[in-house]
Amino acid sequence: MLKDITLGQFFPGDTVAHRLDPRTKILLVLFYIVALFMAKDLFSYGLLALTLAVCVRISRVGLKALVRGLRPILFIIVFTAVLNLFFTPAEAYLLEWGPLRISAAGIHSAFFMVLRIMMLIMGTFLMTYTTSPISLTDGLERLMNGLKRFRVPVHELAMMMSIALRFIPTLIEETDKIMSAQKARGADFESGNLLEKARALLPILVPLFISAFRRADELATAMECRCYHGGEGRTRLHVLQYQRRDAAALILGAAVMAAVIVLGRFGL
Amino acid sequence: MEPILQIQNLTHTYSAGTPFQRSAVEDVSFSVSPGEFLGVIGHTGSGKSTLIQHLNGLLKPTSGRVLLEGKDIWAEPKKIRDVRFRVGLVFQYPEHQLFEETVYKDISFGPSNMGKAGEELDRCVREAARIAGVRDEHLEKSPFELSGGQKRRVALAGVLAMEPEVLVLDEPTAGLDPAGRENLMANIQDYHRLRGGTVILVSHSMDEIARNADRILVLKNAHILMDGTPAQVFARAEELLGAGLDVPQITRVAMALAKRGVPVDPAVYTPEDLERQLLALGKGGAPC
Amino acid sequence: MSTIIRTEALRFTYPADEGGQAVHALRGVDLEIEKGSFVAVLGHNGSGKSTLAKTFNAVLLPVGGRVWVEGMDTTDESLLLAIRQRVGMVFQNPDNQIVANVVEEDVAFGPENLGVPSGEIRERVDSALRAVGMYGFACHAPHLLSGGQKQRIAIAGVIAMEPECIVLDEATAMLDPVGRREVLSTVHRLNREKGITVILITHHMNEAQEADRVIVMDGGKAVMDGTPREVFVQAGPLRAMGLTVPDTVDLLCRLRMDGWDLPLDALSVEECADVIAKACRGR
Repeated sequence: MLKDITLGQFFPGDTVAHRLDPRTKILLVLFYIVALFMAKDLFSYGLLALTLAVCVRISRVGLKALVRGLRPILFIIVFTAVLNLFFTPAEAYLLEWGPLRISAAGIHSAFFMVLRIMMLIMGTFLMTYTTSPISLTDGLERLMNGLKRFRVPVHELAMMMSIALRFIPTLIEETDKIMSAQKARGADFESGNLLEKARALLPILVPLFISAFRRADELATAMECRCYHGGEGRTRLHVLQYQRRDAAALILGAAVMAAVIVLGRFGL
Repeated sequence: MEPILQIQNLTHTYSAGTPFQRSAVEDVSFSVSPGEFLGVIGHTGSGKSTLIQHLNGLLKPTSGRVLLEGKDIWAEPKKIRDVRFRVGLVFQYPEHQLFEETVYKDISFGPSNMGKAGEELDRCVREAARIAGVRDEHLEKSPFELSGGQKRRVALAGVLAMEPEVLVLDEPTAGLDPAGRENLMANIQDYHRLRGGTVILVSHSMDEIARNADRILVLKNAHILMDGTPAQVFARAEELLGAGLDVPQITRVAMALAKRGVPVDPAVYTPEDLERQLLALGKGGAPC
Repeated sequence: MSTIIRTEALRFTYPADEGGQAVHALRGVDLEIEKGSFVAVLGHNGSGKSTLAKTFNAVLLPVGGRVWVEGMDTTDESLLLAIRQRVGMVFQNPDNQIVANVVEEDVAFGPENLGVPSGEIRERVDSALRAVGMYGFACHAPHLLSGGQKQRIAIAGVIAMEPECIVLDEATAMLDPVGRREVLSTVHRLNREKGITVILITHHMNEAQEADRVIVMDGGKAVMDGTPREVFVQAGPLRAMGLTVPDTVDLLCRLRMDGWDLPLDALSVEECADVIAKACRGR
């Protein structure tokens, strides 16, 4: 059933990781990503892996959930590994097998590439696991506030995002209902070739789009009735405020990033 | 007469094996005779939606069986689509499933999935449209140009066009105004009388069920609470009220009269019937 | 008693879409709604009742005539926010009016738009949620609630704007009997305890029985206007307009035709049983 898919996986909790300001968490993830791409040696990776491990421990999310998050991108990981393993140009090869050649450099780059992707995904997932979608949107809006000067519609983008988040479960439920209704009229979504399968989706997609438009229209009216008139003069129920722990976390994060960059530049 | 549908010890459990495990239907058994008009009532969460989706094989029982003319519908899982043509299910707010360019094409979706074509298909579509009260001049229009009530008729016709032996309706009149409700129920009654088809009507409205059904099934917390004729069911009005269900206003008037010493039978549910009873009292000269 | 909403010769026309005809939804409506009253507006689909409701807070602007909310003309754009703050709306589909994916954030939406300071928003959200009996659900996700609960959240969202008046535009039409009862008892309580004016648009006759005043719309005009008793005794005209009367009134009508001497305005079950029992004894 579509209903069983969990989106915006957020594990509510009350750890320091949950209580950090969303802006802090977004910045920390940015630091972490920059550092990951700057890391060149095992020691840097070790440092970052240790950081990640500490964060996972603090957030009490559990390694299992994080690893489960990797499953959907398993294909990409394998693909990257294969690509790097066989197609990294080198002077000497350890193994040759027709057109497939494996070099020491290939193994090296495949290993680090896979490590990098896995750590990248786990790091970002840790943020979404510990931050509710709404406060994440809030954080993004506040962080990008400066861009308003360049006429970037920051408030509108954030509002769109939070409405999208709000309506995902509703639309999933609706898709489920429409599918059942069409199945009751003998619709067949399983058999046939690709073209036939695509055609079979029409009886679902058309009603779904029509209903999405109807919902959008009604929602717009309802929002207007509640005095919505854009971001101007709007206050918020929850005001984001940096705490001492945010400062501490940012300093620590920046220090790790700096260490990795310095290591990458000058080596050990 | 052999029952057309038999539900035997049906149980359906959602999210089995997780902390969210919940039985929406538990050990439910009943049967439906051909040509019967069965009303199913129960408030949201009583399991009625889950139950009816088993009747045409949209859901598979966790345990128990559903028999259509004596045959287990899951005996051959590959042929489950045939069951859906024989047990037509009209969902709540069915107008939200319309998708074709014209009303005619939309109504023909079901029968053409059955493999019908040509004159046979045309006959099915036109007959269904007529029974459901879809006007001829609407057939070539886009369904999205029609009013809400008309769209619902088109959706109903889309299921009738499969000429199912059993018609299951989930809240067919939800959201319609009184005139719209009455008209649509009249169409469904016509269908029932003319075709002699079996009808299963799920509704929140006790009045609607009381006026139309020969027999009523009352569901509560995944179980059958009552199963009987309207008179039998409304005789237990206090229990119905206790289950958070409505009792027709007239039944409540009759109950209140009985309490005041007027000898009327509280198992009535239409003004006509209570009027008749009261008039009979007057004539017979019975002491009130 | 002062007036909260007044309409004068109010007309509204939906423009024709391609190939269609323009629809004259309102054809001259004159009404005065008293502050603090509970008014039910009845009518079949297409009678203009929903259109009327939407002119009360400038979602629709009159094509002819005027609408005033506490003396403010709804066509005056500079008063738009003030008008919408005073007259809140709850719509039919509970799913399509909830903006946020946390209950308290949704209730806060109106006050946020009005620029209320954060601390005060908190107080308003809490008291609004208490007023509709949903305080325990402040941190829940709205899509997991029942229809009746969602509508109560929508009502809380309106209450948090501290309005004078709530308009329920067929807000009970998609609910089951339990949800309907929840919503009705909530608005009746708000009307009684907070003095909020309630305008209930519906086609369920029995929802109108408890109102102070019933207005019946037909063909874009207010054709009946009075107390529930005054309106519901007119069983014939109501039926002709595609509306039904409560079964109690139907029964009394029938018995009167049979020559019984009964009043027609015994709307409630108990009253109805009382008058019939009395008539029985008299016979």
